[in-house]
Amino acid sequence: MMRCGVVTFPGSLDDADTLYSLSEVLGVEAVPLWHKDRGLHGVDSIVLPGGFSYGDYLRSGALARFSPVMDSVVEFANSGGLVMGLCNGFQILCEAGLLPGALVRNQSLLFVCRAAHLRVERNDTAFTNSCSEGERLLLPIKHGEGCFVANADTLERIEGNGQVVVRYVDENGETTQAANPNGSLNNIAGIVNEAGNVFGMMPHAEHACDRALGMDDGAKFFRSIEAQLARGNAS
Amino acid sequence: MQAKVYVTPKAGVLDPAGKATQKALHSLGFEEVRDVRLGRYITMEVEGDPTEVTARLDDMCRQLLANGVIEDYRFEVGETGVE
Repeated sequence: MMRCGVVTFPGSLDDADTLYSLSEVLGVEAVPLWHKDRGLHGVDSIVLPGGFSYGDYLRSGALARFSPVMDSVVEFANSGGLVMGLCNGFQILCEAGLLPGALVRNQSLLFVCRAAHLRVERNDTAFTNSCSEGERLLLPIKHGEGCFVANADTLERIEGNGQVVVRYVDENGETTQAANPNGSLNNIAGIVNEAGNVFGMMPHAEHACDRALGMDDGAKFFRSIEAQLARGNAS
Repeated sequence: MQAKVYVTPKAGVLDPAGKATQKALHSLGFEEVRDVRLGRYITMEVEGDPTEVTARLDDMCRQLLANGVIEDYRFEVGETGVE
């Protein structure tokens, strides 16, 4: 059975929801990982949850990467382990250098909290293999610093390599300006690393697993990880 | 020694907070204002070998104080208490 670690940093908010969704809704083993842990307790996948780790001091995600557990997370990622960062987790992965680019203040300067339509650009990744190509998903977003930026060369490389996994779209599946909640370049909502084993996105899959809470498209990301692990994670 | 570190958004990186501040200045009548950019100003006391302080500060900026993807930095080092 999938054994997924969920890291709690000081200031994490969504760790409990992630643990709940994994164990109570999806029925897989969820393992809490503490920021001071030196090991990973034998997990086969890791989620860095949303929140405001270390109060977002200096820059969001900048201080969390110095937590003791992050040495193990980086080592796990570099050896091919599956790591998914959601919201603040995405910011941490960028700050840790595991994903390219950075997340800055929303262009509107407003904190956005609403449902967002996404389009799955690739369904051949470890994190989206349970989706169909071009599938529309509805997931909650809630962030003040979710504007994805990268320099021109990096953006070209990310797009060229097909590292963009999900984009913000409107109800018709078009990447319009109006559908872009934060000003992200090319409506980018989530990306993978070149190796395909590290994924970050701003929308909250963990809040959208239980149908009783209104949305359940988020479950597809966790089911994808589960399927990838069942295949032996030979990405 | 005292170090002063200035971290600013890179040219070309959107700075919506700077833009909003500029708009506010315009609405106050300061219409001559252009290109407002908001950054961080960090001061610190540094002990140790004065010949190494520049390299050490550069490391601090690259590893933590600035994010090279979106920010530039510069710093000054002086005697504590001397402006």
